[in-house]
Amino acid sequence: MNVPMSWLKQYVDIDVDINAFVDAMTMSGSKVEAVEESGKEITKVVSGKIVSVAQHPNADKLRIMQVDIAGEREIQIVTAAKNVNEGDIVPVSLDGATLAGGLKIKAGKLRGELSEGMFCSVEELGFSEEDIEDAPHDGVYVFPADMPLGIDVKPYFGLGEQVVEYEITSNRADCFSILGIAREAAATFGKEFKFPEITVEEVGGNANEMATVTIHNEDLCPRYAARIIKNVKVGPSPKWLKDRLLSAGLRPINNIVDITNYMLLEFGQPMHAFDYDKLAGHNIHVRNAKEGEKFVTLFEDEVELDPSMLVIADDEKTVALAGVMGGNNSKVTEETTTILFECANFNGYNVRQTSKKLNLRSDSSVKYTKGLDPNNITLALERAAQLINMTGSGEVVSGKIDAYPRKRESITIPYDVEWINNFLGTSLTEEEIINYFISIEFVPDQAAKTVTIPTFRTDVTMMADLAEEVARLYGYDKITPTLERAEPTRGAKTFEQKTIDEIRQIMSMHGVYGALTYSFESPKVFDKLCIKVDSPLRNVMKITNPLGEDFSIMRTTTLNGILTSLSTNYNRRVEDAALYEIGKVYIKPSDDATPILEGKHAYEHELPQEIKKLTIGQYGKNVDFFSFKGMIETLMSALHIAKVEFVRNTELEFMHPGRTATLLINGKEAGFFGEIHPQVAKNYSLDTRVYMAEFDLATMLNAINKELKFKALPKYPATTRDIAMLVSKETLVGELEKVIIQRGGKLLEKVELFDVYEGAQIEEGYKSVAFKLIFRAEDRTLTDEEIQKVMKKVLNGLEMNCGAKLRD
Amino acid sequence: MKDKLEMIKHSAIASIETADTLNTLEELRVQYLGKKGELTAVLRNMKDLSSEERPVIGQMANEVRESIETALASKKVALEEAEQNKKLQEEVLDITMPGKTLKVGHMHPLQKTLEEVQNIFIGMGYEIVEGREIENAYYNFDALNLGEEHPARDEQDTFYFNSNLVLRTATSPVQVHTMEKENLPIRMIAPGRVYRSDEVDATHSPIFNQIEGLVIDKNITFGDLKGVLAEFAKALFGDKAQVKFRPHYFPFTEPSAEVDVSCFVCGGEGCNVCKGSGWIEILGCGMVHPKVLEMAGIDPTVYQGFAFGVGLERIAMIKYGINDLRLFYENDIRFLSQF
Repeated sequence: MNVPMSWLKQYVDIDVDINAFVDAMTMSGSKVEAVEESGKEITKVVSGKIVSVAQHPNADKLRIMQVDIAGEREIQIVTAAKNVNEGDIVPVSLDGATLAGGLKIKAGKLRGELSEGMFCSVEELGFSEEDIEDAPHDGVYVFPADMPLGIDVKPYFGLGEQVVEYEITSNRADCFSILGIAREAAATFGKEFKFPEITVEEVGGNANEMATVTIHNEDLCPRYAARIIKNVKVGPSPKWLKDRLLSAGLRPINNIVDITNYMLLEFGQPMHAFDYDKLAGHNIHVRNAKEGEKFVTLFEDEVELDPSMLVIADDEKTVALAGVMGGNNSKVTEETTTILFECANFNGYNVRQTSKKLNLRSDSSVKYTKGLDPNNITLALERAAQLINMTGSGEVVSGKIDAYPRKRESITIPYDVEWINNFLGTSLTEEEIINYFISIEFVPDQAAKTVTIPTFRTDVTMMADLAEEVARLYGYDKITPTLERAEPTRGAKTFEQKTIDEIRQIMSMHGVYGALTYSFESPKVFDKLCIKVDSPLRNVMKITNPLGEDFSIMRTTTLNGILTSLSTNYNRRVEDAALYEIGKVYIKPSDDATPILEGKHAYEHELPQEIKKLTIGQYGKNVDFFSFKGMIETLMSALHIAKVEFVRNTELEFMHPGRTATLLINGKEAGFFGEIHPQVAKNYSLDTRVYMAEFDLATMLNAINKELKFKALPKYPATTRDIAMLVSKETLVGELEKVIIQRGGKLLEKVELFDVYEGAQIEEGYKSVAFKLIFRAEDRTLTDEEIQKVMKKVLNGLEMNCGAKLRD
Repeated sequence: MKDKLEMIKHSAIASIETADTLNTLEELRVQYLGKKGELTAVLRNMKDLSSEERPVIGQMANEVRESIETALASKKVALEEAEQNKKLQEEVLDITMPGKTLKVGHMHPLQKTLEEVQNIFIGMGYEIVEGREIENAYYNFDALNLGEEHPARDEQDTFYFNSNLVLRTATSPVQVHTMEKENLPIRMIAPGRVYRSDEVDATHSPIFNQIEGLVIDKNITFGDLKGVLAEFAKALFGDKAQVKFRPHYFPFTEPSAEVDVSCFVCGGEGCNVCKGSGWIEILGCGMVHPKVLEMAGIDPTVYQGFAFGVGLERIAMIKYGINDLRLFYENDIRFLSQF
């Protein structure tokens, strides 16, 4: 909402400077976004009268003029302008002047003759020819003969106006008007709000005999009022009206349109003028549109309507889209002699819907969308009629047409001084509070402890709202910051939150960086990831109104995000990159859930499972499968997740079939890791081996040993035995280990792989595997015989189950 | 015999004095005190002495042995020290050569900022509550006093899955769920991802992170809200940080305010960061709207509360001087390693 200060000052005396004004307005709730001053850069341009004209001795096209600027002496100006002559009063930029666009004027000689300035066209003052009605085509502007001499020309052109831009919040529809802002300014500064004095001269006749209004849908149109203006002369507005509009940044068009725009600014009330003679039967019907009805707007666009939309119709046809736009068939033209001036109230939500559906916006639809007060119409209609009088645009027929089936009544709510003070943490007296109420036109009843709220303030319905009014007028900054006098609560992280913190630390220790990636992505990622056509991962939650296909589905795997980021790094020549993300996937629920269609749990059966995943991705010089696996093993052991197993996984289509493992925790699948399939890496422009892991966070959390218990340090020495064996190449080390652990029993404390060897001296198809076995008993030093016995069991097991041949 | 002992003593001590290696010293020990050593030889001849002489010479021999041993010991210490010094000399390193570093990763700057914010509130007794990102319209809108026809509902530009399921536009639904559980008092913050239909550019992202706070108890005042947020601003931006509360409108709070913090770069003088105003807008807040309490099953005549919401990206951008929102989701290691 832009409000010129000069306009505002018509209705409230502001005697502080602009900075103090905007600060105070912001602090009382009308936030000022900016202050613009039109023609701010233009300086030293005054009105001057050409008193004599002579030909330039050295140039045919130049003339030398003496100009009276009401100064000590006349000044001399050399000009090429052809349209000015002796006696004309013109804008003169003096030595040192600045014009629109920053052009600087300096005194100097033109072909040998002194020129102490320059005559100005409207363009040089920042306008175009169309902006100023009497501007000559391509020439110096000439003022009317009664223009005083030697004065700053800016006010004449409506320049130098300070226009304050307010950010109005959606609860304050009343402030989308100059009068609304003036009311706020008056309350802010404790000044009187001077509502305009409105008087209308009527010429007789009876509007109610000339036209009727019938409202067929009172929900969508609570009030419809109109005046009839006859002997209309459509033409330019007088200067004062044009200046007003120009000061607010609006271009004057003609008197009728200008009055409509003026009302929109000053009262915040949209109006619409119909050509009375084009209204069949002179009857107005406010009704819903017919299905498929065609309508041509005053801009000659054809739109198709549906019955949810409200229209204004005459006896035969639709003449306007209520609150949105008038029709071409009833618009005011230069031939119009009589108009029906509509001043109505329409349901803001409905106007918004219609405007959205038809993609038609107008200043009027934007206003209605805010939700206007139907009681504003009473005075607005009179003000519009007064403006018709003042501009001499036509004759106002006596009487008003006013259909007001749904009267909006003001509400009265109780106030409680103690409650308000307790709520705000203030200690204001009743007197002070009452005065704040009065300043914003709330009407208090001190005996009943109630206050009546004007109908333009629909945002105030309860005591908390009253508290807000008091707080903002008292000043938020005056309320003392305090500490709560309340029951203490415990501030602590949950087990999950603490564990995630630990995971982040462990990741950092391994050189892995925290990453964040989008939770929605393109459906094309599944092909990029080589995910099978029938994979359940492709069953996604789809956004119906996404920002394009690339952001249209909720992810079911986190791989794409991290792979994309690795690719970004790789293609920016970052040599090593390791990233992790703790983020969600969104798994669509099965279709057999019981539907809930109503109430606050509506459609919860369609809510996805949101599952947190730990995703890790890495490439780099010293990275291989085992360094990656080692990091995962360290992570698990650091988190005290004990029963971890790694099982070969050849099933994941997006992973390397020979270098991928499933992570089992307590026998339960917790995710997978390994080398990404080279085709997938290629699809992401990663010309290197890439390792990825995706783990289910909840499964990890559940397996963490939360109750750590001390175990006594060993008192008896351990005994170590090394074994080396030959096994077939395909035998998995993990299998051998399993057998050793199982056979080793209680006395085996630890088993460590220390060598795997294939090649020279080893039979083709075989490999040599060596382990170190550590034995210990809690209560004694183990004897040789005891160890021999266990070793024998181990070796037998290896031989029987794995076909191992012991090497010497 | 006495003379012999004297002689041994002198020659031994003289030799020990001049010994310059531990090896020489050991040789001398063997030469004098060894089984076949000179002193041992003398002692072996003791048996030829008279019984009067034997104790005298014996004592004297012991004294000589002790003297030699003492001399040996002190020389050994001296030589060992010299040897160690020599070794230390030889082991001098160029300590300006680079160390063998461990490559560590860094936390994401948003995570780091969140951590800081969380710690401030944990210290004030707040718990951290998380919740789902896809909600039904009731929890995202209606329960927050944003009815079907509310203009603000239109402004939000929400992502929909159907007419009823949405990607949450704020973390407020988490607060509603918490209030519905009826465990009062409540002191919580709800951090998390929120979604709005904004095209990606340097200052907009359809996905961003929010931290919302909520306190519900008896006797909570607007002054308390000011107190908590003033503390928060000081904890985050330093003790000199001032806050300014400006009236604003949110459907779910009444009264509502926007909060500016004094520019921590210029201290309020006006600079590029605060666009000359001396203030930076950081959050929105207010007293929880009685209707919101009521809808969540809390009696607004007994309980009041306040709520606030702050954009994590905004805080991080202000704190670290980051000028492009897109950097947060690119995960360029050269960016991440700066935090």
